[in-house]
This record gives sequence, C-alpha cells and structure tokens, in this order.
Amino acid sequence: MAKGDPGGTTRSRRAAPRSRKGTAGDPALVQLLTPDGERIDSATGPDGTEYRVDFTDEEYRGLYRDLVLVRKLDAEATALQRQGELGLWASLLGQEAAQVGSGRALRAQDMAFPTYREHGVLYCRGIDPIMPLGLFRGVDQGGWDPNEFKFNMYTIVIGAQTLHATGYAMGITIDGKTGTDDGEAAIAYFGDGATSQGDVNEAFVWASVFNAPLVFFCQNNQYAISEPLERQTRVPLYQRAAGFGFPGVRVDGNDVLASYAVTRTALDNARLGQGPSLIEAYTYRMGAHTTSDDPTRYRIASEVEAWQAKDPIARVKAFLEKQQIADAGFFAEVDEQARRESVHLRERVLEMPNPEPVTMFDHVYPNGSPLLDEQRAQFSRYMESFEGSAH
Amino acid sequence: MSRIKTFNLPDLGEGLTEGEILAWLVKVGDTIELNQPIVEVETAKAAVEIPAKWAGQVQAIHHPEGSTVEVGTPIIAIDTDPGAGPLETPSTTATPSGDLPTPSAASLAAVEVAPAEGMVEPGLIGGAAPGGRTAVLVGYGPRTTAAKRRPRKGAVPAQAVAAPAPAAPTAPPVVAPARNGQAALTGGGVLAKPPVRKLAKDLGVDLGTLTGSGPLGSITREDVQRAANGATTVVAEPIAATTAPSFGADREQRIPVKGVRKLTAENMSRSAFTAPHVTEFLTVDVTRAMKALDRLRGRREWRDVRVSPLLLVAKAVLLAVQRHPMVNSTWAGDEIVVKEYVNLGIAAATERGLIVPNVKDAGRLSLRELADALTDLVQTAKSGRTSPAAMSGGTLTITNVGVFGVDTGTPILPPGESAILAFGAVREMPWVHKGKVKVRQVTTLGLSFDHRIIDGELGSKFLRDVGDFLTDPEAALLAWT
Repeated sequence: MAKGDPGGTTRSRRAAPRSRKGTAGDPALVQLLTPDGERIDSATGPDGTEYRVDFTDEEYRGLYRDLVLVRKLDAEATALQRQGELGLWASLLGQEAAQVGSGRALRAQDMAFPTYREHGVLYCRGIDPIMPLGLFRGVDQGGWDPNEFKFNMYTIVIGAQTLHATGYAMGITIDGKTGTDDGEAAIAYFGDGATSQGDVNEAFVWASVFNAPLVFFCQNNQYAISEPLERQTRVPLYQRAAGFGFPGVRVDGNDVLASYAVTRTALDNARLGQGPSLIEAYTYRMGAHTTSDDPTRYRIASEVEAWQAKDPIARVKAFLEKQQIADAGFFAEVDEQARRESVHLRERVLEMPNPEPVTMFDHVYPNGSPLLDEQRAQFSRYMESFEGSAH
Repeated sequence: MSRIKTFNLPDLGEGLTEGEILAWLVKVGDTIELNQPIVEVETAKAAVEIPAKWAGQVQAIHHPEGSTVEVGTPIIAIDTDPGAGPLETPSTTATPSGDLPTPSAASLAAVEVAPAEGMVEPGLIGGAAPGGRTAVLVGYGPRTTAAKRRPRKGAVPAQAVAAPAPAAPTAPPVVAPARNGQAALTGGGVLAKPPVRKLAKDLGVDLGTLTGSGPLGSITREDVQRAANGATTVVAEPIAATTAPSFGADREQRIPVKGVRKLTAENMSRSAFTAPHVTEFLTVDVTRAMKALDRLRGRREWRDVRVSPLLLVAKAVLLAVQRHPMVNSTWAGDEIVVKEYVNLGIAAATERGLIVPNVKDAGRLSLRELADALTDLVQTAKSGRTSPAAMSGGTLTITNVGVFGVDTGTPILPPGESAILAFGAVREMPWVHKGKVKVRQVTTLGLSFDHRIIDGELGSKFLRDVGDFLTDPEAALLAWT
C-alpha cells in the first residue's frame, strides 16, 4: 500500500505476503506470481479490493501455451519485416502477460478496442494471427469482423480508440445490458504515451460521468516511442483515475495471473453497472517501438537487462516446474507447436495475394454510390489500358 | 525457382532508400538456418539485424562491411539445397539469379528512355510510366530496381538530354539529378524545401555550403541537421579503443570510415577548409577562481550541486559574450547572423565517439541553473542518451581538453559556429605573484575563431575577458554585471 494513499486500509497488511522483498519493490503493485515463479495467494489493490486466482493445472498450462505462442508468432512477424515481407511491425515482446492475462479475462460478450500492438489479445479472441500481418503487409485493412470476434480494428491513431470504446460502453448502458452477472463490458487498450493525449483524458471524463461499463487497460511499457515515463507523468498513472472519479490499480504487467485477476474484477464491476476503472499494467517493451525504431539510441542496456529478469514467460515456466504441473515433455511440445505455427504463418504470409487495385472501391459505402461507380469504371478502363494486364 | 536464392536489401523502415552494411554475421560457405541473423545493417532510422529468409549455405556475399547499399540491391546469395551436389556453372555465383537481378547499365538506360505513351487519362494519379510501370505519388513505389536507383544514380547528363520529356506526371524525373546544386541551378540558388530553409536558418547552417542528398541534389532536413550537429574539437578519440587493432600480414590495418567517425571527419574537413581559423592562447592564474569554487561548494544551498572548474569557464564565456556579442555568430555567406541566445556546446568524448551537446539559452541561466544543466548534460552524454535535439543548434563551444591532462590545443570550429574555447589542465606552476615566485594554479586557454567574422582585436578582447574572469571572478562579476 502506497504511503499516503487515501484508499489504504488495514486490510492491505494481510495481503503483503512474506517474501515480497526483491521483486518490484513497489507495495502498490498487484502481483500473484513473482519473477522467481513464487505464487502469492492474494494481493490487495489500493482501494482494498482483494485479488486472487484459482486455476486448474490445465488452465495454468493453457496460459503458458498462450504466452509462448504469442511470443513466437510475434518474433516471426518481426523477422518477416526484416526480410522485406512486411512494411512494418509493432512487436509485443515483453508485454505477453499483460495481453494474455487481460485477453483471457474477457468474456465472449465483452468488446475490446486495441491499439496496433495487441496481437496477444487478438490471439485470445480467437482471431487468426495472420490477420494483422495482412494489415502490415499492406494487402488488406485488417480483415477480421469486429462484431464477430468482439475485437475492434487496430487503431493507429494514438489513444483514439479510448473514445470509441467509451461511446460503445455508453451504448451498452443505453441498451440496458449492464447490471447483471452476465452483463456486457468493454475494454480499451492503450499505452503510457497515450495518457498524454487529449482523447484519452476526454474518454476518462466521459466514461466517468456516464458511468460507462469500461475498463481502461493501460500497458505502461515505460516508453512513448523514445520518451521515457518521467516525461509523461509525475504521478503513477493508475493514480490519475482518482482525479477523474473512478478507481485505478497498478498490476504487475509481466504477471499473467495478476493481469488476469485484476482485469476480470474490473470487467465484472463494469458489467454489474459500477462504472469504469483504470488498470495500469506495469511492464516493459523489450523490443523496439516498431521495426522502424532503434531503442539503443534512447535507453541503456542495463535497464533492459533488469527487465529481462522479470520475463513474463520464464516465471510461469519456473512456477509450472516447481509445482510439477508440467514436465519437460510438455515444454518441448509447446515449443514444437510454436515452431510449427510460426512456419505455417510464414508460408501463408508469403502466399498472401496482392489485392486487385479495383477492390479499393468495394467497402467505401455499404450500398455504393453513383460517383464511386463512375470512379471505379474509370479506374478499370485505365487498368485495362495496359498491354496484357490482368491486374 | 533456382536453388540459389538472392536476398535483396529490403526497405527496413518505411520509405528508406539505402542502408549501410555494418557487419556480416555469416561468411561464404556457412550453413545457416531460417531466421538466423546474417547481417547487421544501419539505416537512417535504426541499426538492425536481418534474419535469413531461407535456410541453406551462403553462396556469395555481394557487399563488404562498411558499404552503403541501395534498397532492392542483392546483398547475399543462399544455396537453399546445398546437399544436391555442385552447382552447374561457377558463374551462377558471380551473377546469382533471383527476384531482382542487378540491372545493367544498358537496361537502366533502356528504361530511362521514356516512350510517349499518351495513355494517361486526365485526373488520374498514375500515368503509364516507362517500362510498363505505374507512376505513383506516395507509398513504397513500384518494385522496379531501376526506378529506385535512378534518383541516386547521378545520371549522366547526356543520357538524360536524349530522353524525350514524358507527356504526363510520370514518377521518375527525367531531368538529370544535379547532385550539388551549383552546376545545374544557377539562378535559383540551392534547392531546399521551406521548412528545411527555416531549420537551417534556426540552426545557423549555411545552405550554400551543403551538398544535398535529396532528389535532384536538394538539401534535406537530415543534411542540415548533420551539418548542425557537427562535432568538433582537438580531442582525438582513440580509434576503436575497446578493440585492439588486428594487423594483417602487411602490418597495416584498414578501418572503414563510418558512423560518428565519418561525420566528425566530414564536419572537421568542411570547417577547417571553409572557415579561416585563428587560434590565440592565454595562460592565466586561476588560484582565486579555484578558491571561489571551494567556497561555493561550502555553501549550504550548493551542497548537492556538482561544481567543477568547467562551470566557471562556462560562466566566463557567457559573460564575455555579453560584452562581445559578435563572437556568438554565424557566417551565412552574404550576411553575418549574430545571436542573442547562447547555446553553449560542451564537447564530450563518449563510447560512441565525440559528441557536442549544448546547453540551450545558457546566457539566461543563473550560475546554479548552469551547474545543474552542465551536470545533466555530462551525465546524459556518458549514459549515451544524448538526443539529436541536444546536439543541434550550438552557437559557441567549450572543449575541456584539460581532463586528458594536456595544456591546450588549436580546436577546430564546429560548422556554423565562430568561436571555440579549449580549456587546458589546471596545474600547479611557479608563477610571479605580487612580485614573488609562488606556486600557483595555472591554466592555458586556447581560443579558435573564424577570421571572416572576428578580427584579432575582438578575439583577443574576448579571450582576455574570459581570462580576467578566471583570474578574479568576484571582481569581474562586480565590474561587469
């Protein structure tokens, strides 16, 4: 419990478990699995909320599998960009736990609004991981149906999706779909840099005063491209929520269990009609901002090494081994699956067809328009003017 | 598809045209796996490792380390089925087949001769361009090596003259790119976009002295920034200090010139051979100044501040600039730009080489603020986190060669600046003080200045004032401020 935190109660003492020393060193950080793979039974948030998870062995193994697959597919996408097969890629390396934890906490009816880095959440929503690669290869606009998968399109404009999510969540309330255990909620993903955007602050205001069933999920990966966190804020980001009138909590974003527990609780509060909340998933972007970025120009190696020791996957593996929930055969099998799926991903990316240029007119209006038809016809004539051109 | 696959340098960062091969991580004959890092390439945006696109055996490496390669150019050939026996002809290695073979000069010329196609409909962005390509306004452009190479080819004028003008907006300009501006562009002066001109003005960079790297030899933002960032001093950084030189049989080592070394070399040559340098020296007794520093350190409110002799030198320079503003100026061809603000550069030897970050508007800072700013600047430089912004826009520079234990030097001006002060080691020396030979703390100042702007008189007065301040700071403060 942070000193001077008005929400602090004596309840928090119960949750300050033994052996917390030498971890994040931040008593406000909700953590259920230490970097060494030690399980903590429960942890308490700044407002006294108690967080715990109770997974079966199979579920623990499932989370591990998710984390490994998501990392491997991401690495393959990065390689494909370096080989000239993608125009750009925004790697999630280091943020797997925040994404898989929160992604798995979503229920089927919950709607997610991603940035352009939420490949892990996308995976958890059951969307074919090839989809974002089409976007970054420049052959389609994303390709999945946001309504079918309850996962909006990637949003490149920083923070814009928080407003979309707020509007969507306000709609949930208007539709009367909150107030029960099976109500609906929305979740908006964004980064620490986005908290400096007007859009995000406007979304905070609107979500707050309209009591929107929305979870603001901020992955604080410490850098807004090259600007470090201290250039974004003077207070821990989760504390900003108090100023807008809703609860905020900081969770160890490299701890998949805590990320799951905190998100599930926030979503349940939202679906019950208790309004928005802010989760600050404290994590680290191990790679570059995107493949066009060179992080060695603005951060030092020792910092990266310090975060390496908090790796989200290593701690789950250590836990599974210590608790004898998984054996070497399981780990080998997961690695083999990841390898297979990444090869499959690569093969499919290389075969992605270039879209017919004329298809750019297809999805402008749901029912077309005369002007558009004219343009399409003109463009088709032009394309046909090339000798032997079928494209 | 042949079993030999050729990998062309991809556009690694959204619209780049070239990259520099920093290091090959594999060599010919190596067996490599899919996605194994094979080469480190530095582009304008980042230094990255490229993973192998295919597994196999390295058949040929087309460019040595240190070379700059156009996007789309073959860099490595990989035999994807080395177990299948020897290759049919050895020439396959020399001219590997692949997706995009290197275009010959003849094929380039053929492409550049644009037939009048006349198929362009009005109002359309893309016209049919030479060679069956489509002209585009934005984006990655058509995948034709020739088209990408042309703007940088410095094409032979005769060839361009022979080419008929295109009827419509085709993508590649048919005009010969004039790399240096002067030859082809007499009337209009140098080519640069307005924001670039503004930047150059702000940073005090004379566009006329630059060689443009943009299309048609135009000057780009990067060209200006590179010129403005120009690092300079007499401080000779050790070449590859961390790695011992490895000599070949001829007992010579060849080190490719690149990165910070290349930049420093370009800036120094340009400055040394455009600005007529004059260097003057002054040896002063700084005993009183050192004592003043000690007293400062003893004050409660200065307890946590890092106080170094450099701080007093900086203060001396700033006060002297107030008395002689002309020293803080830039030679801009037909005019002299005198600046009211002083962005005080401090030359720093770092792991990545010599850099010169500056304290912005240092003249406005109190001594305390100046101390904090210098500490911050030095720490940032040491940790390798100095931003390009911190290195641009310097107006006057101090190089603290004293930290290397030498007395003085003849520093070379950073491009765009008119004065640079070398601050030597402070030593205990026999010195005539009040009529007697005493042991005093003595240092030597070396001031280089641009004689186009600053004459001997002004330079001497400026240096004298800096020396006066360091001899007796309290009196100088009382007298001048």
